[in-house]
Amino acid sequence: MFYRENGQFKQTYRQDEALLPIAQDRIVMLALLVFAFVGVPFLASNYLFLSILNPFLIMALAAIGLNLLVGYCGQISIGHAAFMSVGAYAAYNLMLRVPNLSFLVALVLAGLIAALVGMLFGIPSLRIKGLYLTVATLAAQFFIDWMFARVKWFTGYQSSGSVSTPVLDLFGWQLDSPVKKYLFLLAVVTVFTLLARNLVRGHVGRAWMAIRDMDVAAEVIGIRPVYAKLTAFAVSSFYVGVAGALWGFVYLGSWEPLAFNINMSLDLLFMIIIGGMGSILGSYFGALFIVALPIVLDRVPAWVGAPLSTAMASHLASMIFGTLIVFFLIVEPHGLARLWAIGKEKLRLWPFPH
Amino acid sequence: MKRHLPIIILIAALLAGLAAPLATGASAPGFFVEVLLGGLMAGVLYSLVALGFVLIFKASGVFNFAQGAMVLFAALSVARMAEVMPLWVAALLGVGIMVLLAIVVERVVLRPLVNQEGVVLLMATLGVSYFLDGFGQSVWGSDIYEINLGLSKAPVLILRNVFQGGILINKDDVAAAVVAVLLVVALALFFQKTATGRALRAVADDHQAAQSVGIPLNRIWVIVWSVAGVVAVVAGMMWGSKLGVQFSISQVALKALPVVILGGFTSIPGAIIGGLIIGVGEKMAEVFLGPVMVRTFDLAGGGIENWFAYVLALLFLLVRPEGLFGERIIDRV
Amino acid sequence: MSAQPQAQEMIAQGRRIGEVLLSVEEVSLSFGGVNALTDVSFEVREHEIRAIIGPNGAGKSSMLNVINGVYHPQKGTIRFLGQPRHDVDTHEAAAQGIARTFQNLALFKGMNVLDNIMTGRNLRMKAGLLAQAIRFGRAEREELEHRAVVERIIDFLEIQAYRKTPVGRLPYGLQKRVDLGRALAMEPRLLLLDEPMAGMNVEEKQDMCRFVLDVNDQFGTTIVLIEHDMGVVMDISDRVIVLDYGKKIGDGTPDEVRGTQAVIDAYLGVSH
Repeated sequence: MFYRENGQFKQTYRQDEALLPIAQDRIVMLALLVFAFVGVPFLASNYLFLSILNPFLIMALAAIGLNLLVGYCGQISIGHAAFMSVGAYAAYNLMLRVPNLSFLVALVLAGLIAALVGMLFGIPSLRIKGLYLTVATLAAQFFIDWMFARVKWFTGYQSSGSVSTPVLDLFGWQLDSPVKKYLFLLAVVTVFTLLARNLVRGHVGRAWMAIRDMDVAAEVIGIRPVYAKLTAFAVSSFYVGVAGALWGFVYLGSWEPLAFNINMSLDLLFMIIIGGMGSILGSYFGALFIVALPIVLDRVPAWVGAPLSTAMASHLASMIFGTLIVFFLIVEPHGLARLWAIGKEKLRLWPFPH
Repeated sequence: MKRHLPIIILIAALLAGLAAPLATGASAPGFFVEVLLGGLMAGVLYSLVALGFVLIFKASGVFNFAQGAMVLFAALSVARMAEVMPLWVAALLGVGIMVLLAIVVERVVLRPLVNQEGVVLLMATLGVSYFLDGFGQSVWGSDIYEINLGLSKAPVLILRNVFQGGILINKDDVAAAVVAVLLVVALALFFQKTATGRALRAVADDHQAAQSVGIPLNRIWVIVWSVAGVVAVVAGMMWGSKLGVQFSISQVALKALPVVILGGFTSIPGAIIGGLIIGVGEKMAEVFLGPVMVRTFDLAGGGIENWFAYVLALLFLLVRPEGLFGERIIDRV
Repeated sequence: MSAQPQAQEMIAQGRRIGEVLLSVEEVSLSFGGVNALTDVSFEVREHEIRAIIGPNGAGKSSMLNVINGVYHPQKGTIRFLGQPRHDVDTHEAAAQGIARTFQNLALFKGMNVLDNIMTGRNLRMKAGLLAQAIRFGRAEREELEHRAVVERIIDFLEIQAYRKTPVGRLPYGLQKRVDLGRALAMEPRLLLLDEPMAGMNVEEKQDMCRFVLDVNDQFGTTIVLIEHDMGVVMDISDRVIVLDYGKKIGDGTPDEVRGTQAVIDAYLGVSH
């Protein structure tokens, strides 16, 4: 009864094409943004920032990136954490070797480098699909893992193989507390989400979806598969490259090559399967779920008086992830995002039955 | 001739890549043979896992990437049960558990997804692998467990007369190889010579045609999964005896993929040969190519075998996607 | 068929049939031993409606596939707008102005009607990646411009009520219209229709006939269509080609073809 479009007529195509055509959605989104930027910093504890909110934001960005490639363009990749790694190491080397480089510039450049590498490893997608493409992306994952572990130039010849980063300074604003990091990440992720939404509703997004749904027909319409697939790889890798740089610099502070290994790639994939493939909102759901579940399993049983050992909690997490993956793949391939959309549909009628 | 050109290029590239090892091999042939044998042994283990995979795919058209995780689960179960009962009893129970597990996985996970693309099945079985990882460790514990096959782990020097100083090999590696060969021979005989084997091949070829001549599909599938279960337990025990049983998804679950890509998804000899090529290739690359690369590029250590299999599979895909022995896939609009 | 009087009227009004647009010369196509087409030659003139008919398996779909680049013939040439083509890919054919619908539909099931038809405009949308990401300004103007064009097509095909519906949920007849709409969105010079009336009831066929004739009449699009319904073919086409076992056995106006002995034999199943 409250969530209805009744009376909201669109009189121009511009109105119909708006990002949030329904007025109630606009209000909710505004409230959410205000709460996120202004309310959360006062309400959340440092622990919450460090263990859930900050990693959630970065992972949401990475999940959006992977979703663009897998969910929107239909090209599978189970080695995407490798491109996060590229972004992180690129940003590290830029900051190390270029004097007085602003982190924001390094971030964008790192993303571009990751985009180039992503495009390179995306070339096999022009000839092979599906299951076979996964091998190409696995090759990317393991090869890049090895490269950053062994080629000493990348780690600045550190003997331990791990790199560490200084506190970030953005034009005088020092990111030296979890709250400040949170605000920075929130700003970056909000902007990138908006850009992604725009790309997806533009003609490149439709080209991606056409290739995903029926690539033969897409070609007949004049969509060039090379352009669509390589741009998907490039944009997707740009996003995860930026996410990787943020993960290394803002969240971890220091990392070793194994930080971006196959387990993180699988986590990203699970995020978009559970959250919803082909949905930006779904990327957020999936990221929150994968980041929060281990923490919840670790803390909540103790509160309700049935404590689990840390090892048991992590086994339980694996089992729950596994079950949910299978569940979502069989029952609802569009993940939590579809369940959310169904919920909203029901809300349009509530409290009336029909 | 044109059709064979990609193969010729691939073989030429492989030979070029083998130049370094062969050069070293010429000067130290004993060492070369040692590495070769070590690679073959590792390859045998890969082959056994891929074998189970191919069997299931051949008979039911189902990609069971959880094969690797199931092998590990089987090994873990056998290892733990063997602590309280004789090994052969544990092994039998292990086969039983495997068959049960296989049937459950097939019914709950694979059958609902039967018409989906391979990627969806891959992801679903990765989910199953994750589940088995957590479940296995909850039930059996997370330490590294041993399977004692009663073979001495002491390496043995052989062929002292042929090569200077002899060649060092491990007894359990030899046992694994012998078992694998016996298994393959048994399977080959089973498929070629028995009525059930013929029925299995009929089912692999065309489900409907097989049904129309009265072959009971469900029973066939149970047989296939049981055979695959036996292979899995054997593989698990061999692997466990050699390396200790510990979950590592990237090692087992994912490595089957390059093996079947090399060998072809539907070929039993392909699974064997693919596994051997990958095993040998990895070892050779690590031992011979590795130091060369370290010197040339000033690297901090080796580790080539982590990516070698996948890069090799990728090259194969670009040149000969159906693998060495698989069927040609023709795409028509 | 009640489309008959309409069709005769329109033809009587005298559309200007122009120069040769497409020329198929001695095209032969085979798949590993099976000869789909053997030495087929014909031309298609601008603004005309040309039908390809023939028994099942005669090679009609293969002929369309050759024209728009899905298959490459082993022998023969296709000349489009006077230029000979060799091994042109489908998206190049699309860029040249050839659009096509599919017998089994080939809609993008993950998108709604509006987006499906909008994909037909992709060739003409030029905004770069960054412009689209920012959207404000150039990219937005381009989207709205092309949206207006697509909305005109939606009006023409009378599917306004369904524009935001996912195409998978539409009944078959409406899906066929979306398929046609997507091809029209490309503003093609040559439109290839592969059995546009297959699986339709009488009313749906009448509607589709009307659309085909209107497209030819209002936009001047040259149309080559494959169709089994003889009534439709005889009513709306200017000229007809008849294929049988990959060979051309008839070429002319509907009346001429109807009287050709070879054609009658082919349809009646006289062995030859």
